[in-house]
Amino acid sequence: MARYLAVRLLHAVVTVWAAFTLSFLMLYLLPGDPVTIMLGGAGGSGDASPAQVAALRSAYGFDKPVPTQYADRLWAALHGDFGTSLQTGDTVAHTFATAVPQTLALAGAALLLAAVLGLGTALVATATHSARLSRLLLTAPSVGVSLPQFAVGLVLLQLLSFHWRLLPAFGDPTGLGLILPAVTLALPTASVLAQVFAQSLADALDEPYVTTARAKGAGRARVQLRHAACNAALPLLSLGGLVAGNLLAGSVVVETVFSRDGFGRITAAAVAAKDIPVVQGAVVVGAVVFAAVNLAVDLVNPLLDPRLAQRARRTPERSSRRWLRARST
Amino acid sequence: MSAAAVPGLALALAVGLTACSSASGSATGANAGAGSGHPVSGGTLSIDIASAPLCLDPQNNNSNGNTAVSRQLVDSLTDQDPATGAVHPWLASSFKVNADATQFTFTLRSGATFSDGAPVDAAAVKANFDSIVKLGAVDAVGSSYLTGYQSTRVVDSSTAVVTFAQPNAQFLQATSTAALGLLSPASLTGSPEDRCQGHGLAGSGPFVLKSSGGQEIRLGRRAGYAWGSSLWKHTGAAYLSEIDYKVVPEGSVRAGSLVSGQVDGIIGVQPQDEKLLAGGSVTELVRSTPGVDYNLTPNTTRPLLSDVNVRKAISDGINRQQIVSSLLSSHYKPATSILSSTTPYYSDLSADLAYTPDTARSLLDADGWKPGSDGIRTKGGVRLTVKLVYPGVDIPSRNVLQLVQQQLKAVGIDAQLDGLPLNQLAPAQNAGQYDLLWFGLTRSDPDILRTSYSVAAKNRAHLAAGNPLEQLLGKQAATVDRTQRQTLVTEAQKQLVDQAYAIPVYEQVQFAAFGSTVHGAALDGSAQPELFDTWISGSH
Repeated sequence: MARYLAVRLLHAVVTVWAAFTLSFLMLYLLPGDPVTIMLGGAGGSGDASPAQVAALRSAYGFDKPVPTQYADRLWAALHGDFGTSLQTGDTVAHTFATAVPQTLALAGAALLLAAVLGLGTALVATATHSARLSRLLLTAPSVGVSLPQFAVGLVLLQLLSFHWRLLPAFGDPTGLGLILPAVTLALPTASVLAQVFAQSLADALDEPYVTTARAKGAGRARVQLRHAACNAALPLLSLGGLVAGNLLAGSVVVETVFSRDGFGRITAAAVAAKDIPVVQGAVVVGAVVFAAVNLAVDLVNPLLDPRLAQRARRTPERSSRRWLRARST
Repeated sequence: MSAAAVPGLALALAVGLTACSSASGSATGANAGAGSGHPVSGGTLSIDIASAPLCLDPQNNNSNGNTAVSRQLVDSLTDQDPATGAVHPWLASSFKVNADATQFTFTLRSGATFSDGAPVDAAAVKANFDSIVKLGAVDAVGSSYLTGYQSTRVVDSSTAVVTFAQPNAQFLQATSTAALGLLSPASLTGSPEDRCQGHGLAGSGPFVLKSSGGQEIRLGRRAGYAWGSSLWKHTGAAYLSEIDYKVVPEGSVRAGSLVSGQVDGIIGVQPQDEKLLAGGSVTELVRSTPGVDYNLTPNTTRPLLSDVNVRKAISDGINRQQIVSSLLSSHYKPATSILSSTTPYYSDLSADLAYTPDTARSLLDADGWKPGSDGIRTKGGVRLTVKLVYPGVDIPSRNVLQLVQQQLKAVGIDAQLDGLPLNQLAPAQNAGQYDLLWFGLTRSDPDILRTSYSVAAKNRAHLAAGNPLEQLLGKQAATVDRTQRQTLVTEAQKQLVDQAYAIPVYEQVQFAAFGSTVHGAALDGSAQPELFDTWISGSH
């Protein structure tokens, strides 16, 4: 098990490092000069002399050879230093440290909503006696996935906040103001959860143990909740990475529409301005979240499913034996 | 889904989004509902703005159109009357310019202090100008106002004499801008980054920075403030006890939250959102932004655009009125010069900018450009195709340019729109990689023409040294006498339009709106919201 843990952990570290390296290559080798942008190509009316531009470039280290820049930045990043925003002058670490909690609050609320909405839809769809309701509930998720979040957010705002004035558009970031953005962010995730859960519930309900439970006299609700649902929930866990990705990417849209501070908003602004250190920070934060969620899923899964635990114990052993065999031939 | 794909997706979405939410805004002014009862002191004014100020230090700002927040923090030596363009006393109770505009003497009023307690004296003025020049590249707008700066001499604590190596007539108006607003000598020692964050930033303005966290900025009233501009309506401290700015990038969300009473004011109303405001009891502050109109500036060294007839045909083929009435709103004006109608020394050249497609066609015919099978003209096997470069994030501009494209096609010109991301736009501009460049600039002084078209400055039309326009631009910068300067600036505008060195299209607009309980808000000479006289009825 310790070995399994080490391998998983190594995977996570490599993922984050690869994200850092790829983003460095993409961002720093792209055409376009961050210093010129910083001096305001758009609407600026000043005249910076080439000497002044060169001084700024060297202040930010953009004049060094690329491998040196990469080594410097990787070393600094290992110490939690991702540089300074070209736009605001704030450190990247501080920028994200203040933004990420807000996105966590939003994503947490959205995840809760998505779970209730998605699992509820699937449960009702498989439990109902009405074929029409079941069909309706099973099609709803495909609609939910296809609706553009941008439009959903704006329509919710116009109707619920501006027209009927039921909920604040923003303001109080954790209270009532959280409802509309959380609903907007939750919809696609809820749809994915509903689709997957409905399918695995349907599969579980066909299993022999369900027939056995029914034969022993278990009622419809007990069969659904006690027997089928628990087993059907396992595949949902492996969606963890996808859900985290959905929520993070969705925060870019939702935070902009609802004018919330957070990871997505900062990322959007940084990309628009080619604020390289911040964009790279965003990529690394994204990779860390993704790797952490997947790591957690990998660690929790074997605890819930003994079959996976057995495989986890065997896998490294088997693969190392295969490796030895390959070397000896 | 791989680890790299998730951030990739986020980035793709981000790019798409930013494009959707780009707001064109820069600011000037009328006065909002000044009457309605007796002003009351106190209350918090909440305002939605379109984008976060990149920098809270007004001296370290690269655009005049981006000082909605920092304008409240600093005072200037002078103030400019938005109605007349005349310069009036503020921190300087009087000022004097010598005959050739090389020496400016400012006499400071007494008693003014920065919010860290330091006095606003001649030494502070010297420290500010010296530091702006030294900031150089970082401080793009401010240092461009100080071109040729030699020194500031402190005669006594209340008298400062600023000297330039060559005539600099624009400098007096420049002292009214936020970019040359004064900061305490201690603030000037901070690093540019810290100053942008507002750390240790102490101005002498009617408001002080209370907190700034990314998308929300709070200002508080400066207690004991008593040195307001001579143009303001009342003396003493500001009425508002606090101003809360919130960044709301979506135009429709700003408009909706104002109409539904969730904020007191918004800065940056887009044409398509004006309908939303019409329903509510909202006071609108609208004014054409002073400076260079939105225009197409040709690179006159390009093969096709070196021909004045082609340039003029483009200008004649653009139906400015149609652009304004079909894509913008009644608050927008078609260009009637290269300077907007609110810029001092503006001249009405509307006769030269009328829509005359037949003239355009006959100019091109006479030049040998014959319509091909698809309607686009050719000459000697060369198609009349021009590359038009604009900021790709600017969606309102793209809409306008698509209409321009259709209008030009009707006279046989093929305009290819090239919306560049900001990181490629600046290098393309500087290298002249365009046939036509789309831009507009905010500045309430005609010297913006020199900044944009002088061979020694940005030279956006890529004119040759020693061209006749250059002389005019140089002379107006050295002329203090209003009548003489008017003659020069009028002539410069005429040349720019006649030679189609610039093809103006429409006037940029600053558009702010306030709820019914807000009174006395105004736009200042540089079209920035002025909130000193603003008060909220029903507050306590």
